[in-house]
Amino acid sequence: MLTAQILATLIFVAMFVLVVMDKIERHIVTLGCGLMTLVLVFGLGMQSMDAVWNTLNLRSIFTVGFWYAVGAEESTAGINWATIIFIAGMMIMVEGMAKAGFFQWLCMKLAKLVNYKPVPLFIVFMIMSAILSMFIDSITVILFLAAVTVELAKLLKLNPVPMILAEIFCANLGGSATMCGDPPNIIIGTSLGYSFADFVTNTGVIAGISLIVILIYFYLVYRKELVPRNGEAVDPSTMPEPKEAIKSKKDLIISTIIFCCAVVLLITHAQTHLTVAFIGTVVAVVTLIAAGKDVLEILKKVDYKTLVFFIGLFMVVGGLEQTGVLEVIAEWIGDVSGGNYKVMVAIILWVSAVASAFVDNIPFAATMIPVIKSLAATTGVDLSVLAWGLSMGTDIGGSATPIGASANVVGTAVAAKNGYPIGWGRYCKTAAPATIIVILISMVVIFVRYF
Amino acid sequence: MADKQIMISISREFGTSGHHIAAMIADDLGIKLYDRALLDHIAEEKGLDVKHLEKYDERPKLPIVSRRVRGHSNSMEDALFHMQSEFLQKKADVGESFVVVGRCAETALKGREGLITVFILGDKEVKLETVKEKFNISEKEALKKMKRHDIARKAYHNRHSERKWGDSRGYDLCVNDSKLGINKTVALIETYIKQRMEGIDADDVL
Repeated sequence: MLTAQILATLIFVAMFVLVVMDKIERHIVTLGCGLMTLVLVFGLGMQSMDAVWNTLNLRSIFTVGFWYAVGAEESTAGINWATIIFIAGMMIMVEGMAKAGFFQWLCMKLAKLVNYKPVPLFIVFMIMSAILSMFIDSITVILFLAAVTVELAKLLKLNPVPMILAEIFCANLGGSATMCGDPPNIIIGTSLGYSFADFVTNTGVIAGISLIVILIYFYLVYRKELVPRNGEAVDPSTMPEPKEAIKSKKDLIISTIIFCCAVVLLITHAQTHLTVAFIGTVVAVVTLIAAGKDVLEILKKVDYKTLVFFIGLFMVVGGLEQTGVLEVIAEWIGDVSGGNYKVMVAIILWVSAVASAFVDNIPFAATMIPVIKSLAATTGVDLSVLAWGLSMGTDIGGSATPIGASANVVGTAVAAKNGYPIGWGRYCKTAAPATIIVILISMVVIFVRYF
Repeated sequence: MADKQIMISISREFGTSGHHIAAMIADDLGIKLYDRALLDHIAEEKGLDVKHLEKYDERPKLPIVSRRVRGHSNSMEDALFHMQSEFLQKKADVGESFVVVGRCAETALKGREGLITVFILGDKEVKLETVKEKFNISEKEALKKMKRHDIARKAYHNRHSERKWGDSRGYDLCVNDSKLGINKTVALIETYIKQRMEGIDADDVL
């Protein structure tokens, strides 16, 4: 077993280094490392076909509990197909919305509602970023929001950078509020069997409190930069009409209805017992049926690389799980905390936050789930409290640097492409303190509420 | 200067006379030269500080400090490459003829009729003497400088291009300027440009 443990650890470290180096596309890295895990760790090290099958986890898809779960805990070992199917389904739905012009229309509509005044626009876009990211992946939200922000800022003669930075932070914050908002939450929810309502009533409360504080924080930090360059207010009648963003009114109505149905299904999935895998599949199928002749166009735009990235990642983490490496880490955290539950939660929260600020938070969360599970089993600490700590740590920690979360990368990339480069200094100057504020709020809420 | 649009991309090893050669060709043909001054155009157009852009010009992306998500990179080096490519493409779209030094122009303008790609290489000893003299430094320092610049250019080029930097299959013409000197290298390239502008004879079989 020791050989298998060493091999699993080496493959995991190699995967992390290669992902960080960004020389090879990350889906190729994780898939390659995942295949190496199957061959070297399970084949050569453990000589166990059972470990291979457990990690591939294909059988779980063909069980009733995968689609309709009555109080049962969802799959934990190996590839988390529920996460992958749900993300794929949501990607298809979002492509349908984007094709109809939903995001640009919504941004322009809200901008018009506040009469294109910089400060209300700044606040409204932050709130919209947080709310949309509760249900839609933050990459898509920021991709559209940042592009519209740049366009509006040009017309309003504003610097778009403060708005983009605030929107990115709020997208990550909104994502932490729900089970489907951020990939780490989807993985935590599907792996540990938590519902949408569980997240909203726990991480959602923390995110809600934090959002109020963060709105005030960003306003105070950026208020001097939210002034038009010539100091003159723009005439709203000269601005583009929101309806110009609509590519097809029929598609917009259909995609909005599908989106609303998806939200209702997610909010009620604990009561209906429909799993997120089921919801993702239904949403995808309905979107594709509604797309008619544009099915292929939507399917082509789905980010298959991210789905492959997840498959490879789960295989590599499965290697660590099957060989017991993650139990060793859990034991170490238990020892360091001296059995003190508060210290354990604080370690999970802050280590997750610091790690996620510099490395991709998805592999980190996937790795930590078996660790907190083992920690809860061996020390008696409430697993859900550790899960909320892990969720807030990974989701919010990623906000601190330009590379911490996918939304940060996309937002800063859109800004840079439009001639507004955002370096580490500019980014971290406001985002790092905001991250510390939210992590502190999370810690205080968790301590007060659960201990 | 011919009526047809020509875009000449000149890549070069550090220590060769690539830049000088490019300037002479642009002068002889009466067309614009885009080199480091390209940054001035971009800075003016986008309202940016040119000194800020210079830090990232023709530099490879630093590992760890930036990431790529769904094809979007937040690396400043990548962003500048895209800005430069966009600038060159706009110029090409309006039918302007020009010479570009470096900046992966052969990738930015790939597939366009009238694009001629040249790689200037040189003998190590000759390049070393040039660098020593130009920067008034010792042989050891010159060697280090050459190595550093070529590694950076290679990494920058290979990040954005399908073909490797200096791989003859990626260029129309590769010339060693140490063998010919500046004037004869310019003459050779201009002869090639002229021949290219005339096109292949109808009775010539490939």
